[in-house]
Amino acid sequence: MRKAVNDIDICVACGVCANQCPRDAISIFKGCYAVVDAGKCVGCGLCEKACPAGSIKVLEVENGSK
Amino acid sequence: MAVNKKKHWYDYLWIWSIIYFALGFFNILFAWLGMIDFILPLIFAAVGGNKWFCNHMCGRGQLFWVLGRNLKCSRGKPAPKWISSKWFRYGFLIFFLTMFGIMVFQTYLVFSGAGTLRKAIKLFWTFRVPWKWAYNGSIFPDWVAQFGFGFYSLMLTSTLIGLIVMVLYKERTWCSFCPMGTMTQGICKIKAKKGNET
Ligand code: SF4
Ligand code: SF4
Ligand code: SF4
Repeated sequence: MRKAVNDIDICVACGVCANQCPRDAISIFKGCYAVVDAGKCVGCGLCEKACPAGSIKVLEVENGSK
Repeated sequence: MAVNKKKHWYDYLWIWSIIYFALGFFNILFAWLGMIDFILPLIFAAVGGNKWFCNHMCGRGQLFWVLGRNLKCSRGKPAPKWISSKWFRYGFLIFFLTMFGIMVFQTYLVFSGAGTLRKAIKLFWTFRVPWKWAYNGSIFPDWVAQFGFGFYSLMLTSTLIGLIVMVLYKERTWCSFCPMGTMTQGICKIKAKKGNET
């Protein structure tokens, strides 16, 4: 399954990805980084396309978990 | 913003950032209103421990999105990695705060009488642009206007840098090294860590 995965070390917590996600699968954890709810994510890649830091990417993951 | 999402009043704050620059063009005292965009994010971060301002309310970020994505003024290409690296982000923050400090000091010089009001704005901390029409005296002392010119310069310069990287790279590339963004995320990280310890 393809899901969005975020590298929290690079993420600047701007929230652009969350604004773009059509499934509301992303939230900004305590203003620190974006967290993807793998249960909601459909792997559309809109977040990856929007992310200015290149930290969130759609990758092949097993059973929807990282 | 995604097409199928409900719009909120704060989704239109990009209009505010245009109005802001227009107002400052006619009267520099309006530059002071930009302090809202300076203080509000810090309050959100320091009190709420969140980046709600960046995530939902920042007119500047929204403006880059509207121009870059909706009006297709952005190449949408990934920016070089160093732009969002920690050393560059914190380096730029320090540089920005230093420049802010110098600006406040210049305001102080006018306040103390050691300097005189210069009706000009400075772009990219280098190029002086005459801005005489925006101030013809007011009930306020000169230092108030001096701060206006300085602050407006800062706002305009950062927006111009943001526009340049918007065209070259992703729509909101500016957000990956925006001093306000770095500061608020830094505050949130410290707060989150403290919260975990207790
Ligand atoms: S890949 Fe699509 S559904 Fe998944 S988090 Fe990103 S925008 Fe949302
Ligand atoms: S768009 Fe990228 S940098 Fe911004 S919050 Fe999302 S993952 Fe982080
Ligand atoms: S990072 Fe800067 S420009 Fe981007 S949303 Fe936050 S305050 Fe606005």
